[in-house]
Amino acid sequence: MSRKQENENIKKEVIITGFGGQGIVLAGSILGKAAALGDHLESTLVQSYGPESRGGACSAQVVISNLPIHYPYIRTPDILVCMSQSAYEKYADQLKPDTLLLIDQDLVRPMPGCGDYYAIPATRIAEELGRKMMANIIMIGFVTSISKIVSEEAARNSIRDSVPKGTEEANIKAFRKGFEYGLAILKGREKKASGHTGAIA
Amino acid sequence: MKQAVLTGEHFLTGDVACAEGALAAGCLFFGGYPITPATEIAERMSERLPEIGGTFIQMEDEIAAMASILGASWAGKKTMTATSGPGFSLMMENIGLGIVTETPCVVVNVQRAGPSTGLPTQGAQADMMQARWGSHGHYEIIALAPASPQEIFYQTIEAFNLSEKYRIPVLIMSDEIVGHMSERVSIPAEKDIVTVSRTAPKGRKDRFKPFQPGPNGVAPMPAAGQGYNVHITGLTHDEKGYPVMTVEAQEEMMARITGKIRRNLDDIIRTESYRLEDAEIAVISYGVSSRTSLAAVDEARNLGIKAGLLRLITVWPFPEEQIRQLARRVKKMITVEINLGQICLEVQRCAGGRIPVTLVGHAGGTIISPERVVAELKEAVSS
Repeated sequence: MSRKQENENIKKEVIITGFGGQGIVLAGSILGKAAALGDHLESTLVQSYGPESRGGACSAQVVISNLPIHYPYIRTPDILVCMSQSAYEKYADQLKPDTLLLIDQDLVRPMPGCGDYYAIPATRIAEELGRKMMANIIMIGFVTSISKIVSEEAARNSIRDSVPKGTEEANIKAFRKGFEYGLAILKGREKKASGHTGAIA
Repeated sequence: MKQAVLTGEHFLTGDVACAEGALAAGCLFFGGYPITPATEIAERMSERLPEIGGTFIQMEDEIAAMASILGASWAGKKTMTATSGPGFSLMMENIGLGIVTETPCVVVNVQRAGPSTGLPTQGAQADMMQARWGSHGHYEIIALAPASPQEIFYQTIEAFNLSEKYRIPVLIMSDEIVGHMSERVSIPAEKDIVTVSRTAPKGRKDRFKPFQPGPNGVAPMPAAGQGYNVHITGLTHDEKGYPVMTVEAQEEMMARITGKIRRNLDDIIRTESYRLEDAEIAVISYGVSSRTSLAAVDEARNLGIKAGLLRLITVWPFPEEQIRQLARRVKKMITVEINLGQICLEVQRCAGGRIPVTLVGHAGGTIISPERVVAELKEAVSS
């Protein structure tokens, strides 16, 4: 997200949602921190969760703006990231036509005729990397390349600053996997749009 | 030894920012008992206090937690505890002990929806009257209401400064939304942080009176082990601290513990005005609901409604004079708070029937939406 005129309010609202234990709130925090500390924008993260520590519905709402943020909650997100079917179903009917929908394709099956979306097997990639718990970081990489809501550098620095000491490099690798997966999808779509067919690079 | 003041830019939750504010203020003792949504304050203090030579104790319950911070305060330290509704109820008796023994300390209530266990992970602002009157007897109290992680950082420092200056427990009435909200928090250099400490006694130790007021109405306070003869009791006491069971002693003590606050309202009370200069309708709000109100005032202005906001930073002692003056120049007041009408009652009292005062409230569990406030503002101009 780039800064435009001083007084023009550029506001983006992101909801990341899934189950407790998937690192949903950490993902929101990494995104919010990247915007606030790396890209020098205003950002507010609010979280909601149930009494359970794992397995319950969980969501992180991040508002990123060039102006001070008064009201911190989101009703219709610009970007919706879903890491569970129940989370997707909760928000599916609240989307705007231009809401960017990003899903973990193994965990979420979009409703027929739901419109465009971007899919990544984040949890499966994390398992291949040997750490299922890094699915959230892969998703952050995917969100960063697809939406450009935060800069790549800000996202990387935020991850380094947010994950447990000693796991920084493994997490950066996970971020790169998600980021590159997103770039490949965008490139494939670009080619398709310009009339090229055939294998996606 | 690590730094007490984490100078720099951070992205923190309100709870963590509160803990960092306490450390920046010089807090060296935290006694607490974990409870959602205040646990993160205790968690942070348990990590940070040992790093800087302080002490963290998890007590057996909130009654003991409150007692521990009173004791540690008399040992000469700046002390704090943090809790939520059910724990706040348990602390009430010893908050009264803190008031009558004039013991500086800070109590944070990260409010969640009640009564009783209520909605543990969901916010409310329904302990505001409990903050004012929850302990028995008649007293004055200081309570602040933060609206963001950055603000709770500074308010926690302010809470310590007020508690040290006036020898009184100071309450920070946060809520789950602010406590679990993350935003940028800028922590200044240590030299730029103003901290206040209790006045140390002078003169002969054997003739010292721990409850004899100084020029500002507040008595100097010694620490245990310094050699001053002190007696500390919850019973009505004289300036020496000895129990005296008479109406006269009660009157004198009550005049002291209420007077030191009532005579210094200008020093204690802080409010903030937003677009009130030409406002015809004033929104009165505090804490997280003031953020809803800011958004609503902006939207109402876009619709041509002359709305403004008076944000209460200090909720107790109540900003009576500010409300009275405002009631003389606006046509209506709307109080926005996450309860079914608490501070609204105070606003009505101060408006004194001069203008209508209505409530945009909620039973708790979520923030109030700006749309509800805008609807009330529209209603106000059409009626």
